[in-house]
Amino acid sequence: MSLHTKTLAQLAKGLRAREFSSVELARAFLERMEASQPALNAFITVMREQALADAQAADRELASGATRTLTGLPIVHKDLFCTAGVRTTCGSRMLDNFVSPYDATVVAKLKAAGAVTLGKSNMDEFAMGSSNETSYFGPVRNPWNTTLVPGGSSGGSAAAVAARLVPVATATDTGGSIRQPAALCGVTGVKPTYGRVSRYGMIAFASSLDQGGVIAATAEDAALVLREMAGFDGNDSTSVDQPVPDYIASLGAPLAGLKIGLLKEFFDKGLDQENERRVREALAVYEKLGARLREVSLPNLPLSVPVYYVVAPAECSSNLARYDGVRFGHRCQDPRDLMDLYKRSRGEGFGAEVKRRVMTGTYVLSAGYYDAYYLKAQKVRQLISADFTRAFGEVDVLMGPTTPTPAFEIGAKTADPITMYLNDIYTIGANLAGLPAVSVPCGFVGGLPVGLQIVGRHFGEAKLLNVAHAFQRETDWHTRIPEHYR
Amino acid sequence: MYDFAQVFALVIAHSRTFTINRPMSLTREQIENIAHLARLALRPEELPVYQQSLSAILDFVGQLDRADTGNVAPMAHPLPGLSQRLRADLVADSDRHEVYQANAPQVAAGLYLVPKVIE
Repeated sequence: MSLHTKTLAQLAKGLRAREFSSVELARAFLERMEASQPALNAFITVMREQALADAQAADRELASGATRTLTGLPIVHKDLFCTAGVRTTCGSRMLDNFVSPYDATVVAKLKAAGAVTLGKSNMDEFAMGSSNETSYFGPVRNPWNTTLVPGGSSGGSAAAVAARLVPVATATDTGGSIRQPAALCGVTGVKPTYGRVSRYGMIAFASSLDQGGVIAATAEDAALVLREMAGFDGNDSTSVDQPVPDYIASLGAPLAGLKIGLLKEFFDKGLDQENERRVREALAVYEKLGARLREVSLPNLPLSVPVYYVVAPAECSSNLARYDGVRFGHRCQDPRDLMDLYKRSRGEGFGAEVKRRVMTGTYVLSAGYYDAYYLKAQKVRQLISADFTRAFGEVDVLMGPTTPTPAFEIGAKTADPITMYLNDIYTIGANLAGLPAVSVPCGFVGGLPVGLQIVGRHFGEAKLLNVAHAFQRETDWHTRIPEHYR
Repeated sequence: MYDFAQVFALVIAHSRTFTINRPMSLTREQIENIAHLARLALRPEELPVYQQSLSAILDFVGQLDRADTGNVAPMAHPLPGLSQRLRADLVADSDRHEVYQANAPQVAAGLYLVPKVIE
């Protein structure tokens, strides 16, 4: 009985039918997680004892017949979601010994829905990276080819789901950190609308862009989890008070008449030709389902990378000011005075890319430069957002590639930060405009998975999941598992 | 107006010159000052690395100058028409300082310890 090839939806049915127990499920996935560590390094913490105790409790609940939506189902959290009593590192030496005193709202909600947490996934340090190479705990490797990166920053979550080490994992997306690794690992990644999922207890990187979401094998599994994660939270001042629709109920809606906009600017130089072919083949599937395709132009969209590399570092330099070596986090040895304590604790606690972004942000916010960089970037961001609004006046969803190329070699782009930043060239726009977006596997290039990106209207997650699910009923790319993990 | 081809071309041109000598928009002294403002102790060998990469990043984001933003208001919230919500100024949490201080590097009598600040 191979449990790991089942979807979350199938596992939920099996648990209720008593085909297997929650403890059996937890054991099976914990074993896969532990066995994969030397090759993939997808986890920072494996919570074996706690998980088995929680699974036992879930089995008692299942025996009593009173079940919640996710009772007994295993999940992994990206290690930037605070988990009470469990180490939460954010991939950084700064938080190497940090044990969170409380649960993030997402963690608390999934716990309340009955999910069993198996561990914490590896990630780029403070979610700053597109390859998972900036983690203090070492890079994650792509299960399709372990000499390649899994993408980032949610590389651990994406690699774990791709290798079926866990059926679903939480993740976060500031400039593409859910969709890009999902594409490079061949799994489904959902970045909800800004404000849809609470950021309380999600360690902050860039507060006007950060959003929690989910990585799963299928759109249906993602819908099951998102339905529990989403919703208003008074503890997050950017949380939006909107009812959460039943994402499962609308999954099967027909697509006839759906108006799809092709992001013209994405199908340009820079996009790998084979990658483009896979995306165009996916679009043909939608045409067959009765959707209508038309090209739309978002002329300011190519400026999203430069806008992002002003706005995100600015917000990060402000958010990361809290790591002062005084209240929590790394402290240097024998500080001479308070200034020395601040500077050496931060200098030692942060890795190279985090320091680069903190300094970039410090510079663009400093006296005399604020107007030229930060204010200018926020104005161009407004233009990009207006481009999206205009496009959604004509079409229901926007489609294009998730990334310019499939996964690349570990170490290939670490020397030049700007080349690395270009990995997110197609994903950043949705973050700048606060829009929901998903990436679904749409084929292979040279044996490596690539993704189709679908961007929706604000709070249009139900439509996005419906559109993604329809594709997965016609194709089997989402069922492909790397050879070693089948 | 702009296209991704231009962005890619810019980056390719940039990566070709990345390791070669190119005029840098930031001086070593500016990097030292930024690091001081950011409260980051840098090792001497880190300075030229950040001088090069921060200069390149600023050159790269400099293409924003080409956008006409004459009558455009800066974006203040990612969702149109929304602004930051405020809550009532009421005590909502209980005192959990012992739990929070369990993560502190040095604590005594409920206080965070730091090197002497006032002589």
